[in-house]
Amino acid sequence: MSKILEIKDLNTSFFTHMGEVKAVRGNSFSMEKGDILGIVGESGSGKSVTALSIMGLIEHPGRIKSGQVIFNGEVISNKSNKEMSNIRGSEISMIFQDPMTSLNPVYTIENLMTEVIIRHQKVSKSEAKRIAIEKLRMVGIPEPEKRISSYPHEFSGGMRQRAMIATALSCNPKLLIADEPTTALDVTIQAQILEILRRLANDLDTSIIIITHDLGVIAETCQNLIVMYGGMIMEQGTVDEIFHSPQHPYTLGLMNSIPKVHKKDKSRLLPIPGSPPDLMNPPKGCPFCPRCKYAMEICKEQMAPRYRIGNTHTSACWLLDAQAPDVEGFKKGCDIDG
Amino acid sequence: MGSYYLRRIISAVMTIVLIATLTFAMMHSIPGGPFVREKAVPDEILKALNEKYNLDAPLYIQYLDYMKGLITFDLGPSYSKIGTSVNDLLEAGFPTSAKIGGMASLLIILIGIPLGIISALKQNKPIDYIVMFMATLGVTVPSFVVATLIIYFFGGKLGWIPTFGLDTWRGYIGPVIALSGYSLSFVSRLTRSSMLEVLRQDYIRTARANGLSEFKVIAKHAVKNALIPVVTYIGPMVAAIMTGSFVIEKIFAVPGMGRYFIESIGNRDYTTIMGMTVFYAIFYIIMILLVDVAYSLIDPRIKLGKE
Repeated sequence: MSKILEIKDLNTSFFTHMGEVKAVRGNSFSMEKGDILGIVGESGSGKSVTALSIMGLIEHPGRIKSGQVIFNGEVISNKSNKEMSNIRGSEISMIFQDPMTSLNPVYTIENLMTEVIIRHQKVSKSEAKRIAIEKLRMVGIPEPEKRISSYPHEFSGGMRQRAMIATALSCNPKLLIADEPTTALDVTIQAQILEILRRLANDLDTSIIIITHDLGVIAETCQNLIVMYGGMIMEQGTVDEIFHSPQHPYTLGLMNSIPKVHKKDKSRLLPIPGSPPDLMNPPKGCPFCPRCKYAMEICKEQMAPRYRIGNTHTSACWLLDAQAPDVEGFKKGCDIDG
Repeated sequence: MGSYYLRRIISAVMTIVLIATLTFAMMHSIPGGPFVREKAVPDEILKALNEKYNLDAPLYIQYLDYMKGLITFDLGPSYSKIGTSVNDLLEAGFPTSAKIGGMASLLIILIGIPLGIISALKQNKPIDYIVMFMATLGVTVPSFVVATLIIYFFGGKLGWIPTFGLDTWRGYIGPVIALSGYSLSFVSRLTRSSMLEVLRQDYIRTARANGLSEFKVIAKHAVKNALIPVVTYIGPMVAAIMTGSFVIEKIFAVPGMGRYFIESIGNRDYTTIMGMTVFYAIFYIIMILLVDVAYSLIDPRIKLGKE
């Protein structure tokens, strides 16, 4: 399998009046073709900024300070906005959180879809409409020939999200980035949307990045997972590895704050105390340190390197070092990765 | 849809009746009358005049008489311009005012909106500061100052335009610019802030994420949405501008309807006051109806006649 996407030491900052907000700090990861990768983290952890950096959609006053985005073997992070616009919507597509506000209310679905198809595929209007109808049918919109002439407000939330997915897939992209695709939808619709994404990834051979703060969504859909906190990657691995044996106190905290309906004991939910770090003045050491119950002296001083737990599983936590104290569940004594 | 327009027309008629009634009541509560002069007019002449124009009848009779005339759009004789009817005054003044006002409106739309868009796209850049500075000037400097300056420099010093009258096309330049100054500035400010608001919307990001060119993102996706509040302002503005401005018409010696209106109030020329007010009200109501139609054309979420 070859890599569809590779991120190398990505740093993205926003230069505001108050100072530099370091939203993404030195992230590196890669994903294979056909993979469904989940990026999880709380608000402000840098997951959306990572996605927008890949798309080349970081807006003023933000910019990619350093690092590379390599897509399908080609560096795209240094391309001009115009060059990127040829890639956006055709090679890499993105769908957004709120389908209510993400579709322009004054144009029909047909208008919104065909303009993208014509832009990237240079086909006639009628051919574009045919493709649009086919994609709408694919995402499960009933009677697409009729519904295509509707305006977004005539669609329900779930149907709008489907229409957005249909638009994003209209040019058969190699990579689809879904930024909180189900957050604004109710639970039954969520499941349908995730099912559609999973099926399409399979049928169209599209790789997908799903950004979410909902571990349930990850468990249901993804193969691989990245856990982000304070603009940095805390842990990454396959979903199985991380769900069965989380190797970072933050991941553990995330797991403990999910309600478990089938659990017999009526133990209380365990929220993570404290609040996310100030990215204007990020702490010198590990960003999670102030909220971490296992925090040690070194955590305040220095960010942990990436420890390799397994072939695909890494975590940036000092607890995995050979000199760390024993903590139940953590595999002390791992090697430092690369 | 048909019943919607029927309802709109009925409510428009009611509004006009209400405006006419209120104007009638307020006008008659001002002391004095059309024939009261500083130099005392002999009683018998005053009596004869009042009798001639039926001003000695009880107010409610005068009111009913007036409303009767209004139904056939007979606005009655002018009390101060003897021998002319208010209809004559409107016919003489309105075309001139409408011509200048129409050109000013066109100028406002064709220049104000693009300036606002450019300003928003170049937010916090020199061009934005220049446009917004001019716009602030345009809103705050009174039109008579602008008009006087135009006459002084372009009319007097440079001699490019005539200082009065509308005999050549150059004659229109001064009044049109002076008349449009305020609204042009206001429209460009309004367009700018509306554009800035729209550019922050999620669907603009979607358009960019779909790889549309920046031109298409702005021209197709942003501008149409940004125009909604601008249209709201422009509708009533056209009615106000096309019915003339006393100040501009006075300074440029243009025979429009604006000055009749102001003069009629000083003269207690009851019928002219009423006629001008009702005419303006009708024009205004039509423009608001047009704005509503324009809304439904721009924004499909707005459907006329649906609750």
